[in-house]
Amino acid sequence: MLLRRPLPAFATAVLVACFFVGCSPQRTVKAESLKPDKDRRPAPEFALKDANGKTVRLEDYKGKVVLLDFFATWCGPCKIEIPWFMEFERKHKDKGFSVLGVSMDDEGWEVVKPFLADLGVNYRVVIGNDSTAQLYGGVDALPTTFLIDRTGKIAAVHIGLASKKEFEDGVEQLLQAPGGITKDVADASRGRAFPTFDVRPK
Amino acid sequence: MLLTLLAAGLFLPSTYAQSKEYLTVSEPVKVTGKRNAAVQVKIPVVVKEGYHVNSNKPNEESLIPLKLTWTATGALEGGTVTYPKPALEKYEFTEQPLSVYTGAFDLVANFKVAASAPAGPGAATGKLRYQACSSRACYPPKTVDITISYQIQ
Repeated sequence: MLLRRPLPAFATAVLVACFFVGCSPQRTVKAESLKPDKDRRPAPEFALKDANGKTVRLEDYKGKVVLLDFFATWCGPCKIEIPWFMEFERKHKDKGFSVLGVSMDDEGWEVVKPFLADLGVNYRVVIGNDSTAQLYGGVDALPTTFLIDRTGKIAAVHIGLASKKEFEDGVEQLLQAPGGITKDVADASRGRAFPTFDVRPK
Repeated sequence: MLLTLLAAGLFLPSTYAQSKEYLTVSEPVKVTGKRNAAVQVKIPVVVKEGYHVNSNKPNEESLIPLKLTWTATGALEGGTVTYPKPALEKYEFTEQPLSVYTGAFDLVANFKVAASAPAGPGAATGKLRYQACSSRACYPPKTVDITISYQIQ
């Protein structure tokens, strides 16, 4: 009898805890770097070629959380972050998440392909250009990474080397949010020439 | 018209961001030399505080070296560049120390005045290519124009 008593008490405690904080096995995260919904702007649309010559558009990622990473082969800090992004791609690709790398190397695929092969990059990469950089507020410092929510809006911008936890929390929080890109947002971002946010290094 | 102005206004911050310089070169002292004489020119360079540029021989293949190339040397011949000894510095983003330049240093250009050089003034021009990083970010390679004024006696 004495032995049976603690179990109902424990079960009650668990039920009470579940009532207040939820019992989902998924970890609830609150990423400090994410902008509130009202401050998010549509991510500018672009069309760039991947390693197979296929055109990649941001609208191809409708309804997904996207980590858009501007990098270059000559950028040391980029090489620290890329393995993290490979891990996120592996871990979350089935939950509506994709990493998209944008190489800012002037020499193009000649230098980028061997670099990606060396690192074993498992996500899609396109070659960017000055126009793409301008669309995203004049990307100068590399890495510069944008976290785009499921509605196609920029939820966070990381300029320079950031912490893995910041990215991880941001991605997980965005994945927990419901929704998908709407036609209005896609239309608004398409053909958008100048964003109204600024990613200059402070 | 209004749209153009608005677009230009929004464009300005981006242009500003791209025009940021991380390395500056002061004008070298004017050199004077006789025909067939060897002349050395010091080119003073300063890397902005908090940044570094790769040395002329970076220790990773993918890194872009500091490199001075001549576009025209006029009555001067040669132009071999002597780079200073680099520093080996460890950054948060590297496992091994990198071969870099920071702060102020001089590049030395070694010329010989041509035997047929006409007396009088002239200029040699070149381009210094560099790629800068801070401890957390790297910036696209840039090129600075170099002009060396000389006087042949």
